[in-house]
Amino acid sequence: MNGDETILRFEGVTVEFAGVPALKRVSFSVPKGETRVLFGEAGSGKTVALKTALGLIRPVEGEVYLFGREITRLSEEELFDLRSQVGMLFQEGALFDSLTIEENVAYPLINQKSIHAPPEEVARRVREALSFVELEHTLEKYPSELSGGMRRRVAIARAVVTEPPLVLYDSPTAGLDPITSTTICALIMKNRDLRHTTTLLVTHRYQNGNLLANYRYDEASGKLVPATPDRPAPRTIFLGFRGGELVFEGTQTEMEASSDPYVGKFVKHNG
Amino acid sequence: MLDFAKGPILAIQEFFILAGQAVRNVFRRPHYGADIALQMDTIGFGSLPIVILTGFFSGAVMALQMSRALAQYGQVGRTGTVVSITLVRELGPVLTALMVAGRNASGMASEIGSMKVTEQIDAMRALGTDPIQKLVTPRMIATAVVLPLLTIIADFTGMFGGFIVAYYLLNLTPAQYWHTVWTALEWNDVSQGLLKPFVFSFAISLVGCYYGLQTTGGTQGVGRATTQAVVVASVLVFVLTFFITKIFVGNVVS
Ligand SMILES: Nc1ncnc2c1ncn2[C@@H]1O[C@H](COP(=O)(O)OP(=O)(O)O)[C@@H](O)[C@H]1O
Ligand SMILES: [Mg+2]
Repeated sequence: MNGDETILRFEGVTVEFAGVPALKRVSFSVPKGETRVLFGEAGSGKTVALKTALGLIRPVEGEVYLFGREITRLSEEELFDLRSQVGMLFQEGALFDSLTIEENVAYPLINQKSIHAPPEEVARRVREALSFVELEHTLEKYPSELSGGMRRRVAIARAVVTEPPLVLYDSPTAGLDPITSTTICALIMKNRDLRHTTTLLVTHRYQNGNLLANYRYDEASGKLVPATPDRPAPRTIFLGFRGGELVFEGTQTEMEASSDPYVGKFVKHNG
Repeated sequence: MLDFAKGPILAIQEFFILAGQAVRNVFRRPHYGADIALQMDTIGFGSLPIVILTGFFSGAVMALQMSRALAQYGQVGRTGTVVSITLVRELGPVLTALMVAGRNASGMASEIGSMKVTEQIDAMRALGTDPIQKLVTPRMIATAVVLPLLTIIADFTGMFGGFIVAYYLLNLTPAQYWHTVWTALEWNDVSQGLLKPFVFSFAISLVGCYYGLQTTGGTQGVGRATTQAVVVASVLVFVLTFFITKIFVGNVVS
C-alpha cells in the first residue's frame, strides 16, 4: 500500500491504563477517502482508539501513523500541527460550557497555530459551519441552552469548521432519538461526500453504519440517496472491538455473514 | 510493600510535573491575560467578604483571649502587640489561606474536574490548546497575586477587630492600642507574613488544579476530587506554615 494514500494506520497498538490494557495489539489502516465504522460493547476500547489516533493517549507499544507520520513519540507541540488536520467529535460533544456557540465553533480557527485565521474570516467561517448544520441562529447562546441533538450538531460544526481531511466521530448519535440520529448521520455524510473526507465513526446503531455504507449525500436535492454502481458510496469497512481487541474487520456483507455471535449481536439487535 | 507506596509516590511525582509545567508556562507564550483577570476577580473579590469577616473576628477573639493572659501580668495595655504579631505572622496568612482553599481549591477542582469528565480537556488538546497553559497557569498566577493582598486586608481588619475589643471592652485608648500594634512589628514579621501567603498560593492553586485534572468517574468523581482538593490544600497550609515559621524563628533565636 502506498504510504501517501494511507491517512491513518495502527500497527500492533497496545494502550494501558495503570497496567490494565484498553487496546491490545490493534492494527488497521484507513486509506484516503474511505469510511470506517467502529462498533463494540461499552468499554471495548473504541473511544481509546480514536484518542490514540489523535495522540491524546500514548500507546505503550506499537506505532500510529497519521498522514504518514509516526506520532507516538512526537511532542505535544508537534502533535498540535498534525491535530489541526483532524476533526474530532467527542462523545457527548465536549463543547466548552463557558463559551458561546459562536466562540466554541471559532475555537479551532483561533487556537490552532497552523490555521491562524484573521478575525473577519473567522466570523465568516463560523457562520458557514453553523449554517452547514442548520443552526445559524444560535450564535449567542450557550451550550446548556440547546437540546442534546442541537449540541451534537454544534459539535459537528466545530469538528469540521477547519475543513479537515480526516474526521473522527465518537458515538455522535448516542442518546438521541432515531429521527435526530438520522439527521446527525446525514450531516456527517454531507461533510464526507461534499469534501471527500476520510471518516471514522463509532456507533452502537447498525442503522448508522448501514447508512454510511450504502447511501451518499446528493448535493442537488440535499438528501441522502442510495448509492449506485456509477455513483458509489466511499468504501466502508466495519471494525469490531471486544475487550480492547480488534475482533472483526470487513464489509457490511461480511459482517452480516459472520458466524461470530458477538458480531451477530450488533447486526441483529439493530437491524 | 512497594506497591503500597507506589500510588502516593506516583501521585506526588505527577503533582510536581504539573507544577513544573505550570511554572514554565509563565515564561512561554501564549499568555491568557483574560483568564488571569477573570481568576483574580473570582478569587480576590469573591473571597473578600469572608476574608474580612474571618479577619475581623480572629483579631477580636485574639484580643479577648490574650487580654485574659496579659491581665495576670498587669500588661493588658500590650494587647495590641500580641494581636498584631499573631495576626501578621500566623493567623492572617493561615486563616486567609484556609478560606481561599475552601472556596477556590474546591472551585478549581470541580470546574476543571467537570471539564475533564465531559472530555473538554481532551477537546482543548485536540483543538490546539495546552490545558495547563490555559487553565492551570492563569489560576496559579492569579492566586499568587491575590492571596498576599487578601492576607494584608485580613491583617488590617483583624487589627481593627482587636481595636474594637480593646476600646470597648478593655478600655484602652485608641492611641495606646494602635501605638502598640505598629511598634510590635519588625521587618521579620512582615516578610514572613507576606512570604507565607505567596507560598500557600501555589499549594492551593496547584492542588486544586491537580485534583481537577486527575478526575475520573463522572459526577461522583468530581465530588470526590473537590473534597480531596480542599482537604489536601488545607493540610498543606498547616505543614508549610510550620516549616516557614521554623526558618524564620530559627533565624531570630540563633
Ligand atoms: N482515562 C482513562 N483512565 C483509565 N481507564 C480508562 C481511561 N479511558 C478509558 N479507560 C478504560 O479503557 C477501556 C476502554 O474504554 P473506552 O475506549 O472508553 O470504551 P468504549 O468502547 O465504550 O468507547 C475501559 O475499560 C475504560 O474503563
Ligand atoms: Mg466510548
